[in-house]
Amino acid sequence: MDSDMNLKRTPETGEILLETRHLAKYFRAGGITSRKYLHAVEDVSLSVRRGHVLALVGESGSGKTTTARLIARLMPATRGEILFEGQNVLKTEPRQASLAYRAHVQMIFQDPFSSLNPTQTVGHHLARPLVIHKKAGGRQEIQDQVFELLATVGLVPVEEIADQYPHQLSGGQRQRVAIARALAVDPEIILADEPISMLDVSIRMGVLNLIERLREERGIGYLYITHDLASARYIGNEIIVMYAGHMVEGAESQELVQNPAHPYTRLLLSAVPDPHSGIVRKRLEARGEVVSLIDPPPGCLFADRCPRVMDVCRLTTPEKASIDASHWARCHLYNTPA
Amino acid sequence: MLTQDKPLRVKRTLWISRLLRDWRADLGIGIILFFIILALLSPVLAPGNPNYFVDEGNLPPSAKHILGTMSLGQEGYAQLIWGARMSLGIGFTTGLVITFLSVAIGMITGYARGLLSDVLSVLTNVFLVIPGLCLAIVMAAYLPSGPLSIIVVLSISGWPWGARVLRAQTLSLREKDFVAAALVSGESHLHIIFFDILPNMISLVVANVIGSTMYAIGAEVGLEFLGLGNISSVSWGSILYWARATSALPRGAWWQFLPAGLCVALIGFALTLTNFALDEVSNPRLRKEMGSKHGLRSIAGPGQPTPVVRSIQ
Amino acid sequence: MGLDLSPDLDNQPQLFGAFNNPLLRLKGLCVEYSTPRGPVHAVDGVTIDIGSGEFIGLAGESGCGKSTIAQAILRVLHPPAVITGGEIWFENQDVLSMDLTELERFRWQGISLVFQSAMNALNPVMRIRDQITDVIEVHSKLSRADAIQRASELLDLVGIGQKRLMDYPHQLSGGMRQRVVIAIALALNPKMIIMDEPTTAVDVVVQQQIIQETQDLKERFGFSVMFITHDLSLLVEISDRIGIMYAGEIVELAPSRSLFTYPLHPYTQGLMSSFPALTGARERLTGIPGTPPDLVFPPPGCRFHLRCSLVQPRCKVSKPAYEQVSPGHFVACHLV
Repeated sequence: MDSDMNLKRTPETGEILLETRHLAKYFRAGGITSRKYLHAVEDVSLSVRRGHVLALVGESGSGKTTTARLIARLMPATRGEILFEGQNVLKTEPRQASLAYRAHVQMIFQDPFSSLNPTQTVGHHLARPLVIHKKAGGRQEIQDQVFELLATVGLVPVEEIADQYPHQLSGGQRQRVAIARALAVDPEIILADEPISMLDVSIRMGVLNLIERLREERGIGYLYITHDLASARYIGNEIIVMYAGHMVEGAESQELVQNPAHPYTRLLLSAVPDPHSGIVRKRLEARGEVVSLIDPPPGCLFADRCPRVMDVCRLTTPEKASIDASHWARCHLYNTPA
Repeated sequence: MLTQDKPLRVKRTLWISRLLRDWRADLGIGIILFFIILALLSPVLAPGNPNYFVDEGNLPPSAKHILGTMSLGQEGYAQLIWGARMSLGIGFTTGLVITFLSVAIGMITGYARGLLSDVLSVLTNVFLVIPGLCLAIVMAAYLPSGPLSIIVVLSISGWPWGARVLRAQTLSLREKDFVAAALVSGESHLHIIFFDILPNMISLVVANVIGSTMYAIGAEVGLEFLGLGNISSVSWGSILYWARATSALPRGAWWQFLPAGLCVALIGFALTLTNFALDEVSNPRLRKEMGSKHGLRSIAGPGQPTPVVRSIQ
Repeated sequence: MGLDLSPDLDNQPQLFGAFNNPLLRLKGLCVEYSTPRGPVHAVDGVTIDIGSGEFIGLAGESGCGKSTIAQAILRVLHPPAVITGGEIWFENQDVLSMDLTELERFRWQGISLVFQSAMNALNPVMRIRDQITDVIEVHSKLSRADAIQRASELLDLVGIGQKRLMDYPHQLSGGMRQRVVIAIALALNPKMIIMDEPTTAVDVVVQQQIIQETQDLKERFGFSVMFITHDLSLLVEISDRIGIMYAGEIVELAPSRSLFTYPLHPYTQGLMSSFPALTGARERLTGIPGTPPDLVFPPPGCRFHLRCSLVQPRCKVSKPAYEQVSPGHFVACHLV
């Protein structure tokens, strides 16, 4: 079981490509006349940098996938700004994302089986973005670029694969096609929504390494969404932890795993199976259920389950408190100047 | 590294070839094709105007007139063949028009969000609850008589059913990741509806065509029978109309209504059969269990424990 | 090939799989199911002994046959799936020749099964209480009143509480539904529970809770657990022994710590290289190249040879024997 080189992980300070400020998304809960809203995403402010992987970690219902879909502009945001190339695109192109935005911000989805159209060939999937964004003209040029894309993601022989339909490929191959499709427009940012969680275990690293390689070669900035802290640490430069729609902690990945500040992060870390740790870990007691996101109560939403809850926690939402350089947590434990 | 040997056959042709392997589809499509050919070749098979009087009226079938003559002396055989042309012509045309309307309205209703979707939805439901026959009668009173009017009337009353089904399916397909991926690629909405979603609903659309055609043929016959259509033109419905008007049944002149009635029933049967076969092809859960090689169904029904068969090799 | 009986072996035989009277024995179990392309050899000669009170993990990826084994043991597979060979012994009874009445007693009282995504298999229009009493009444002679009593006890046992007895499944969260399913599995005090991917559909925190609760219940009532999952990292901390399956066969079986520290089969090693560590230095992992094999026409020789980085010429032609290479550690590989 040899391991190769240690991965270099200096905190990247690449330029900011995309920034969100106080992004929020509410869904109407109940029928058309209902006045209740489900606060799926609340006050999310993050930045995606060139050549840098920002991992967004959370369990189901944490709002991480909704955040990605907001940035991909698949749905309108309830509040907040998305700044791209200095402009708030939610103001400059309110109704639909412009083709220019789509050329720069791409997405890959969790389920390799439903993110490809079963009635279209692999070649067709890759050709469409090329045609829409006028990256190639004429059949020969399109075909050449399609083959090149397939080779880049390691799907060979390219002629054979281009003619296949999605159901003829394995899960890992389909995910590579999805990555190739995202690459077709030569994006600066790729939003990866749990790209490996539905793949067979032995295939996952291959796909993750491909993502890493593309980051290195092309300087693509990633927003990597996952529920798995271990893979977040593997590929992420920085990790932000989300809970119940809020960002609760953020730090450089190694720092977060070694010095978790927020009680939820600690709970998460203790629950992740880690056979590599020789000592038997103390499992933190998890109590209660996640609070309902429909018209949520004031204060910190983790209060009911927090082992270190204080009175103030149920009254006011905590502010971002600085733990260290670029390590912050939204928790009253670190807020009070005592 | 590819470890697959040969790719499996392409999904699209697999679908059709599986359909044709089913005896019900073969029989149904065979009957339909037979009638279509009959209808297309009517000028050849029964030249002349079928309304002409060729002999005495009410003659029973004989060597000279295979299906006898109608009450005023028209050739029964010619009436039937030309009737096929009219009834099937109207039926299939209406079927296609209805399908076109259902697809367009249903898919847009299902894909759009907000006001457009709500308005179209209400429209669909309104047309759904208006009794088709009443609508047909009212419209028949105002429109000039003729096959075109019948097509218009039947299409307007027939599209909501398919539209609802297609709307529901579009609604569910709209949430699929490949639609989101297409949007992120920069695809336009219209392109997504008709080139990404629609190809995934082909079997549903074909079923719609079959269903609407069945409806159209039956409704056309019904309208003609009630005298609301163009009774001077020859169709299976008008044959039945005249048979009733001239009291063919009490007179015992079975050849004046039985052939036409049987033809209608036969076409309906053929369309239904094809529809059943299509259902099974497109919905794998209805398919019979594969692997009946060892006759396992006889030794293990659903409640039985897993059989142990050691002789296989 | 003698067995080296160290003192540890005598004191903790379950760690090494050496049982005097195993609870469940599988010998050369083979399961096939027919497809238009030919018979799929889903399980091809699986041999394993499981003792009472043991926690054994079965790991493998999709299509390796682990779920099929679970269903074959309880004989709940339907045609076109058929058991084509081997033996299954439960407490010295031949499961494969049981008739329906014996099977009904064997199922749920002998061994019970928690299906994959079982929490979605709960009937949405039946109350929780009725779903539990249903099972009790079919597989035992308890009266309805006793069954209801037992249902309340069970809900308390799994930490849900009696007040949820009359709820419908949709009123419970995913984690609670999973606990209900476990409660149903425990209803008749089985000697062994087989759990097929019980925590795949729940979050990691709930997963940890459920596993902890299962272990507590196991300590309390003494049943064995066969835990089937694709998540090898999960198994290392909770199982006594782990079996690794590939393409319908067990390729390695060992006490969990031994497997983790000295994985012998290249596939096991490859699997280990698929789980990034949470702590320690960050290393580049590679996973395993290639795709799982076609089970209708499996590769000749060792089924893993197409993806093996240590492949030798003889791996392509002859199938390696499944042998014990150190106490309790079984491997099927030419290179060991």
